[in-house]
Amino acid sequence: MLPLLLVFSVFILLRGHYLPGGGFVGGLIASIAFVLHAFANGLGDTRQLIRFHPGFLMPTGLTVSFLSGVSPIIFAGKPLMTGLWYPHHLPIVGNLGSALFFDIGVYLVVLGVTLTIIFTISESV
Amino acid sequence: MLSAILLGFIFSIFLVFAGKFFKGKLAVLSSLVPLVLFLYFLSFIPQVANGEVIRANYEWVPSLGLNLDFALDGLSLLFSLLITGIGFLVFAYTAAYLKGHDYLDRFYGYLSMFMGAMLGLVLSDNLLSMFIFWELTSISSFFLIGFNNTSEASRKSAVLALAITGSGGFLLLAGALLLGGVAGTYSISEMVGLSDSIIQSESYLWIVLLIFGAAFTKSAQFPFHFWLPGAMKAPTPVSTYLHSATMVKAGIYLLLRFTPVLGGEDIWNTTLITVGGITMFYAAVHTLFRTDLKGVLAYSTIAVLGLLVFLIGLGTEYALTAAAVYIIVHALYKATLFLVTGIIDHETGTRDVTRLAGLRKVMFPVAIAGFLAALSSAGMPPFVGFVGKDLVYESTLHMGSWAIVLTVLAIATNILVLYAGFVAGIKPFTGTLPESFSKVHLPSFLMWLPPVILAVLGLIVGIFPGLIDGPLVQPVVNAVGIDDSELHLKLWHGFNTVLGLSALTLGVGFLLYFLVKPSKAKEKGVARFDFIAPLTLVNNFGNSFRTFSNWWTRIFQNGFLRNYVSTIILFLVVLVGYSLFSDHDGIPIDFSSFSRMTYYEMIIMGIMFLAILFVVGARSRLTAVVAMGVVGYAICLMFVIYSAPDLAMTQFSIDTLTVILFVLVLSSLPKYLSISDYKMKAIDGVLSVSFGILITLIALEVLGEPVNKEVSNFYADNAYVMAKGKNVVNVILVDFRGVDTLMEISVLTIAAIGVFSLLKLRLKRDDRELKD
Repeated sequence: MLPLLLVFSVFILLRGHYLPGGGFVGGLIASIAFVLHAFANGLGDTRQLIRFHPGFLMPTGLTVSFLSGVSPIIFAGKPLMTGLWYPHHLPIVGNLGSALFFDIGVYLVVLGVTLTIIFTISESV
Repeated sequence: MLSAILLGFIFSIFLVFAGKFFKGKLAVLSSLVPLVLFLYFLSFIPQVANGEVIRANYEWVPSLGLNLDFALDGLSLLFSLLITGIGFLVFAYTAAYLKGHDYLDRFYGYLSMFMGAMLGLVLSDNLLSMFIFWELTSISSFFLIGFNNTSEASRKSAVLALAITGSGGFLLLAGALLLGGVAGTYSISEMVGLSDSIIQSESYLWIVLLIFGAAFTKSAQFPFHFWLPGAMKAPTPVSTYLHSATMVKAGIYLLLRFTPVLGGEDIWNTTLITVGGITMFYAAVHTLFRTDLKGVLAYSTIAVLGLLVFLIGLGTEYALTAAAVYIIVHALYKATLFLVTGIIDHETGTRDVTRLAGLRKVMFPVAIAGFLAALSSAGMPPFVGFVGKDLVYESTLHMGSWAIVLTVLAIATNILVLYAGFVAGIKPFTGTLPESFSKVHLPSFLMWLPPVILAVLGLIVGIFPGLIDGPLVQPVVNAVGIDDSELHLKLWHGFNTVLGLSALTLGVGFLLYFLVKPSKAKEKGVARFDFIAPLTLVNNFGNSFRTFSNWWTRIFQNGFLRNYVSTIILFLVVLVGYSLFSDHDGIPIDFSSFSRMTYYEMIIMGIMFLAILFVVGARSRLTAVVAMGVVGYAICLMFVIYSAPDLAMTQFSIDTLTVILFVLVLSSLPKYLSISDYKMKAIDGVLSVSFGILITLIALEVLGEPVNKEVSNFYADNAYVMAKGKNVVNVILVDFRGVDTLMEISVLTIAAIGVFSLLKLRLKRDDRELKD
């Protein structure tokens, strides 16, 4: 169940630019995957599976989003958050652009936030 | 010019990393920073003396009218030289004064941050950036006053100073915004040209009051003066630099800067004369009752600040020239006296003037500096103080019908300032040396040289007033709006009334010094009136405010989540309901425009309704949670039907997670249904039903309004063209409103950190208790 849901969440994340989906929902689905795993196998197992503390995802995601937001300033001299696009069409992903990285950042933050909250609460009860 | 201002900040950041190299012998090197800046500003004197204004403009946030515009005119130059010149001496002095202190690097960091902020303040031509630098000086002052952070008195004084000057900063911001609104620009030099229209505008009174509030709090005018004596808890270099020579003069600077914009009106002049007059007399009288050297100096500083405000209030050519001269005079002698006091404190371990005597025998150069500074503060010829005092009397004598009152006030203040100067500069050095001080020795030259330099400078400038007249004083007078001043500084004006008054001041002052000795008894005597002192009033106000807020918090923040929720909903219902019904006669609901309900919508509605009944009637928590989940999923279905798949997906995931969370914490929650009785239930029911009705009404009313599709059309049209996405919702999230999303995920992160730390901290405490 876990791998399937994770792949699905990434799929949702990637297709977000054209069809319903995106980083926010993707992150939520991924966290549901981990939470279900924790229900089934116990929290300890899930923690081992992730290896690091989910809290680290939050700063990572924020950094990714932020960098993708400032990248137009650095690389192209355009204002903050201007979309930058890789000119060629890639398989699976579709067009590659800074907005995708921004969405990946959102995905990571949402995943990190949800897992941190749920893990902390379930440890404390 | 930007780099000159930023140098202080850069050096301060640099110290964060390289601080430990500057703690030892290299500490004195940091005084190179202000020295370089001093020489840099010195090089502008010829240009500025010619009437040039040197400008440097940098765009910062142009959309808010916030630019880093700097202008160097006479007034700015005078202050810049004071800031960097005295800064240089203070930096060098500190190297010896705090030698070997653990946090010497930190101290230099604050000090250079302050220097940068102060330079920014006096050089800014943009009101908003000036406000920012103004606040930065308050903040660095807070750190410096509280530098001895192990002492409670220090911490209290720091908070008090921050509270007073910070609220002044708030007033400045309000005044600046108002002024900017009236003038249509934030550039101060442009405002000078618009002076007439600003004075005639309706908000003129408010602008003046707000600017006054800012200046009076910063420059310690009555009744806000009380933070300054408290600020003397700071190490002496700080008192010298911030609380005597520079920062407290920021208010004076502000008033001078705005004299050409706002000045010339009755309200401006009368208020300044009154407040300045009260301050100078009140503070000067207070010096009689102090035995702590720094206390004496603090009150005499306030007196001089009052005098400066008073002079700005008089507003004549004489008075403004006098103010400019007095700023220089005061910086020279008061900084000397503070530094001398610091040396005495450092070497003998006390600042109690009743115990100090005869120190000239053990630290002769320091005694010279103290002696010269005291004479300058007294206004003895040929010191620069004499030139300043002459001008003060000249200006009060020219005030027509009020001349006598104002002159008497000025004379009385000057007599008392003389007394303070003598107590601080002469008394510790005369008389016989007590046995206990016989081992006291002269400190390192780094400490005694700065005050000697300043004191000798006071003498030189007094003998040759031309040194400051053309290069410094005239440009200041020009900058505050008086062109082609005919007034030139002279030491000797011949025998006239002013000379007579000077002699009177000196005579009475000497008499006072020899007759009145500072004593503990008198200090106690005046302490009886503390209950009506502004400081006590403020403290009482603060305490009662704290009591009140405790009481208020206990009522509203009582820790029951259900009370919070019902309070929020209650207020929402009342406020929104009121505005909804007060604006209209009725709510226009156009039933004909509704689409017909389809059967599957009806089924979903039915499911929702049933689920809600379940929630309300549930006997166990689990049932209620699951039923709530059902409501959530039903709403998802509605979203799907009304073609909002993104919303549906999100809602779906959120609902799943909510249910999971509930299930997680379920076991540790108290038993259900025992918490609310029948009455509570009824109240909650009424509340929730009325809330539901309200939301429905609002939704219906929104439908009744003509829909503005401009925004949504813009997004729909441009999603693919500009952002190459087909999913409009997502494109809005990641592209058009990307900054919003960035902020939102930051907020999420903060929330998660909050939950994490709250629960983890509690866990750790539990662990500890278990161990015990």
